[in-house]
Order: sequence, then structure tokens, then C-alpha cells
Amino acid sequence: MGNYILRRFLVIIPLLVVISVISFIVVQLPPGSYVETYIQNLKNQGYQPDEKEIERLQSRYGLNQPAYIQYFTWMKNMIFEGDMGRSFVYKQPVSEIIAERAPMTIMISMMAMLLQWIVAVPIGIFSARYQYSIFDYIVTFFGFIGLALPNFLFALVLMYFVYVHTGWAVVGIFSPEFVDASWSFAKLLDMMKNLWIPLVVIATAGTAGLIRTLRGTLLDELKKQYVTTARAKGMKERKLILKYPVRVAINPLISTIGWMLPAIVGGEVVVSQVLNLKTLGPVLLGSVKSEDMYLAGGIIMILSSLTVIGTLLSDILLAWVDPKVRYK
Amino acid sequence: MNNNENILEMKNLKTHFFTDRGTVKAVDGVNLSVKRGKTLGIIGESGCGKSVTAHSILRLIPSPPGQIVDGGIQYQQKDNNIIDLAKLDARGDTIRKIRGNEISMIFQEPMTSFGPQYTIGYQIMEAILIHNPEMAETKAKNKTINLLDQVGIPKAEERIDSYPHEFSGGMLQRAMIAMALSCSPRLLIADEPTTALDVTVEAQILELLEELQDETGMSIIIITHNLAVVSEVADQIAVMYLGREVEFADSDQIIDNPLHPYTKGLWNSIPSLDGELEELKPVKGTVPDPINIPAGCPFADRCPEMMAGVCDQGNPPEKIEVEEGHFVRCFLYSE
Ligand SMILES: Nc1ncnc2c1ncn2[C@@H]1O[C@H](COP(=O)(O)OP(=O)(O)O)[C@@H](O)[C@H]1O
Ligand code: SF4
Ligand SMILES: [Mg+2]
Repeated sequence: MGNYILRRFLVIIPLLVVISVISFIVVQLPPGSYVETYIQNLKNQGYQPDEKEIERLQSRYGLNQPAYIQYFTWMKNMIFEGDMGRSFVYKQPVSEIIAERAPMTIMISMMAMLLQWIVAVPIGIFSARYQYSIFDYIVTFFGFIGLALPNFLFALVLMYFVYVHTGWAVVGIFSPEFVDASWSFAKLLDMMKNLWIPLVVIATAGTAGLIRTLRGTLLDELKKQYVTTARAKGMKERKLILKYPVRVAINPLISTIGWMLPAIVGGEVVVSQVLNLKTLGPVLLGSVKSEDMYLAGGIIMILSSLTVIGTLLSDILLAWVDPKVRYK
Repeated sequence: MNNNENILEMKNLKTHFFTDRGTVKAVDGVNLSVKRGKTLGIIGESGCGKSVTAHSILRLIPSPPGQIVDGGIQYQQKDNNIIDLAKLDARGDTIRKIRGNEISMIFQEPMTSFGPQYTIGYQIMEAILIHNPEMAETKAKNKTINLLDQVGIPKAEERIDSYPHEFSGGMLQRAMIAMALSCSPRLLIADEPTTALDVTVEAQILELLEELQDETGMSIIIITHNLAVVSEVADQIAVMYLGREVEFADSDQIIDNPLHPYTKGLWNSIPSLDGELEELKPVKGTVPDPINIPAGCPFADRCPEMMAGVCDQGNPPEKIEVEEGHFVRCFLYSE
């Protein structure tokens, strides 16, 4: 097991390097250098660029050097100083913007994931065990709606209903009076009160997907000989279902944990926009639109790295529950 | 029960599957019995309802779509109490306590018979502990080691920690037998236990079953489509065709003196009692679809001795006793 984890860790390093290269290419993608865009941007806003500032930027990020040197400078600054470049739109270091928003993004993703699992696993088991029952048909029906309904539409509909029935407008994750307040119990409560709408919206599609996957694999597993064997040795039905086929059918779900984070961030852009949540999704979208490339590259880098690390975590989990993976 | 010697009697057992295509009459009126301490062999082509018969006894038929629609399965318990397994609640505690304890079963596919995620030893211990909840785990573990030893698994105390994918098919089937024997069952149902194994392993497994029967006095139902297998181990043989037994007798009687045209066809097609029915097409023609069983004798369109105007009119009468204990279902033997 220790050996397995070590091997997986070693595989991750080249992957992270590839990710950083791709992120850097993204930074370089728009025509014109960062500085040119920066100057253009200032001029558009009616300011004269400061020569000294421009020089400082150029030497800091090695901007008049060849691309590969720029890459190494970018990496060096990032690894040793936590400097991922500056955003000229936010007039802030990229690392600060990410640090401000990443925790909220990760928290919402994790909570949405937890919610998905709590809802999807029992429903998936039930609808597979009682295939073609009325329950199964209802679940399948709502599952398709959940998959097909665009999240932003769902968010709008939910906000509308909340507003109509309670007169309370959801405008973000905190009510206005708490936005700048420091953390307190009241603020936490306020957050919980507001958070459920984005959570429900983000989790719906994922839940529907999870149910479908679990139901599908479990149906296959339930037909297998070992289930009959367990039954034939006198096990109680509920216990045997959970202990044997469910344990196998849950494996594909475990391996999806890794890419749930970016999926949620991706799916969440529009929702965050609609619900005015301070997460990374909308920032990424905005930065790409305004060619604020250090910001875009930084976010892509962080999200991709989290995905890779998430995948590693799910692989380790999988090895822990599945002896065949462990011994390979 | 008609006969006190019998541990199990199936009377007019009917197990049907209600599918989108129609009703599959997989078992449609089976009459069979198993003597205490003896072996009943059931033989027949693939799809004739052998497995469904076996699964019906332990109430393992998936429902929906399957259901026992008629008939009885009289089982004589240790204290001579007789219960009808067909009438039990398939999810109830009564049948659950019989499964793996009084009646246990081994299956055709050893490779998938164990759950992939637990060790062999764990799964056998589990079977012991289900029926002996008060037993200490160390004792159950020792018992498991002894069982594995008994079925011929070398280094049993190490092998109990192996996962199923680390065992060969033959080893898995031995482990399966160990699990089936773990609670000293009174009846062991073996559904094609050697079909997936090669010939030498097959011989070893059969020998093992016979040895274990001598030691424990259990009854065995062995299902196969291999005539060599039944003739070797069975005391009585039943030939099934399309969900019914068409002939049932002591092994010697039925092997030396087959009565039913289908049995005769089978016997003739196997030159030296060592061929497999699957490969040697036993009788020309194909088995009719169990959804559309023709009127009259189901075997009529393949039968060389078919009597027009008789055999296609109605079902041949069941259980015609031609000589003592030798039953056949065919108009040739009805008055
Ligand atoms: N779960 C099921 N649903 C529908 N039909 C089934 C099911 N299980 C078995 N059958 C049908 O019952 C018939 C007998 O099958 P089986 O008892 O497995 O044959 P065999 O003699 O080869 O063991 C076959 O026609 C098979 O298709
Ligand atoms: S009843 Fe008629 S058709 Fe059927 S097996 Fe006997 S002789 Fe053949
Ligand atoms: Mg079968």
C-alpha cells in the first residue's frame, strides 16, 4: 500500500510540470505581451503608463527575455515567493485574488459533493435494488430533469421562488450587512441561510449523474454470482447488499471524486454569476474576457493541480477499498 | 412426504418468469425426490430448467420476474418436522436460517462465486458466524482453516488471507465447497460444480464430494450436463426436458434400461459415457422456446417414436411407474 502511494506520487510530478507549461502557454496566448496589454489597458482608461513601473514589471517577469526564460521566472516566482503575477483588472497580485476566493470555491465544492453523495448513494442503491418499481421510475424521471435543466435556470427559478415566498432576495453568500463583517456565529448562520441555494443548484446535476452511475453499476453487480452466494449462505438481505455489491459499485464513484472539483467550478461559473458568489469561476471567465492572462493562467494552474491531487486522493481511496487495485 | 427415507420431495413444482416477452415456464411441474445420505443427479440440455429447480429449493429465484406458481418442496428437518419450502417467505427468517446451514449450494462459476473485495477466509468465517453468532472469532477462524485443509487447499492457514483473484478456478471451487460445508449441511446442492473446470480438476472435485458425503452422511443433488459425471456419483438420476423430469430412476436402472425416447437419444449419442451434452448435440432438432411450449408432448417434434394423434394431443401422464422406482413421462408406457 505504501509502495503504491509512493508510485502514484512520483507519477504526479511530471503531470504537474505539464500543467504548469500549459498554464503558461495560456498566459502567453493572446497577441501582444503582458506589458503591451497592460499599457493599452491603462491608456483606455485615460492614464499615462509610468515608465518606471513598466521597467520594473519587465525585469520582474523577464518579459523581454525568450519565452522559456519567462516560464522559469514565472515558476521561480511562484514556487519561492508565491508570486503568480499581477492582475491589471483587479490591480492586485493574482495570488491574493486566488487566496481570497479559493477557500470559498473549495468549500462550496466539498459541501456540494458531500450533499451529492448523501442524497445519491441511498437513492441509487434503492432504485437499483427495486428496479422498475414506481420509486425507480420517479427517480429516473427526476434524474433526467436534473441532468437536463441548465443550472443557471434552476438558480433563477429557486431565487424567484424564495423571493416570492419569503420576500428575501438572495444576492450572494452573505446578506449585505455581513459582507464586510468579521467572522461570527451570526455570520456563519447567515451564510448557511444563503448557501443552500447554490449548493442545491450545483449538487442537482451532479446528484443525478451519481445516481445514474451507481444505479447502472449496481444493477450489473446485483446479477453477479457472488450476490447469490451471499444470499445462499443465509445473510440478511439488506446487509448483504451493502456489504457485497454496493462495495463494488461504489468504486467508480470514488474515482470521480478527483475531477468533481473542476466540474463543479466549471458548472458553477454561471451559477456564481447569477447568485453573485465570490468564487473562482466568474473570475476565471472575467480574466479570459479581459485578457488578464496572469490571473487566468494562475487560476487554471491551481484548478488543474487540485484536480490532479484530487485524482491521487481518489486513487488512494480506491486502493484502500479494492484489493485488486492495491495488488496490481 | 410419501416416503420417510426422503429428505426432500418436489411435487409438481412450477417456477415461472414473467418477462416482457411472455411467461417463461422454466420449471413446469417437476416431481423429484432426494434420499437421505444419497446423491441425486439431474441431467439435461442447457436451458431445461436445472438451475431454476435448484434455486427454487433455496428460494433464490429473483423476484420479479420469477415466482413459484404451484407445487411444493417438502423438506424433512432434523427433528423429522416437515416444512414446505415453496410456501415460505423468500425474504423471511425461516428460509434464511436453512440457507447455508441445513441446505447449502455451490455454483457453476467459481471465478465469480466469491465477492472480490474480501478474503476467502473472511467470507467462509462469515458463513459460520451467521449461523453461530455466539461462536468466538478465533474459533471460527480455526474452523475455516480446518475446512480449507479438508477440501485440499495447501497451506490453509496462509491461504485464508488470500483474495479470490489470487486463487485458480479449481481452488476457488474447493473453497466454495469448504464454505458450503461450513455449517455441516444435511443437503448439498451442486449446480454444475465442475463445468468450468478442466477434466483432472473435475475428477478431483467429484472425488472430494464423494469422500465428504461418506464422512458426513449428507445428501447431494448434483446438476450437470455431463453424463459421465452423473453416472459416476449419482445413486439416482433424473433426466429433465423443458422444465419437467421426463425420466427418474435409480442410476443402474436408467443407465442400463433407458425408457424415454429422449433418454435413449442421450445415451446413444454418447459412445463411452464420457462426452458432454453441450458439444454432442444429443438428439436432432432444437429445444422449443420455453415461452411457446407446444401442445402435447413437448418432445414430440424431435421424437423418433412419436405417435401421431396421441402424442400431439395432450400432455403425457406424469410419473408412470414402469418398474419399481422407475418413472417415465411418455405415452409409450401409458395404458
Ligand atoms: N431470471 C430469469 N428471467 C427470465 N428467464 C429466466 C431467468 N432465469 C432463467 N430463465 C430461463 O429459464 C430457463 C431455464 O434456465 P436454467 O434453469 O438456468 O437452465 P439450465 O438447465 O441450463 O440450468 C431458460 O429458458 C432461461 O432462459
Ligand atoms: S410421448 Fe410421444 S412424443 Fe413424447 S416422448 Fe413419448 S413417444 Fe415421444
Ligand atoms: Mg444451469
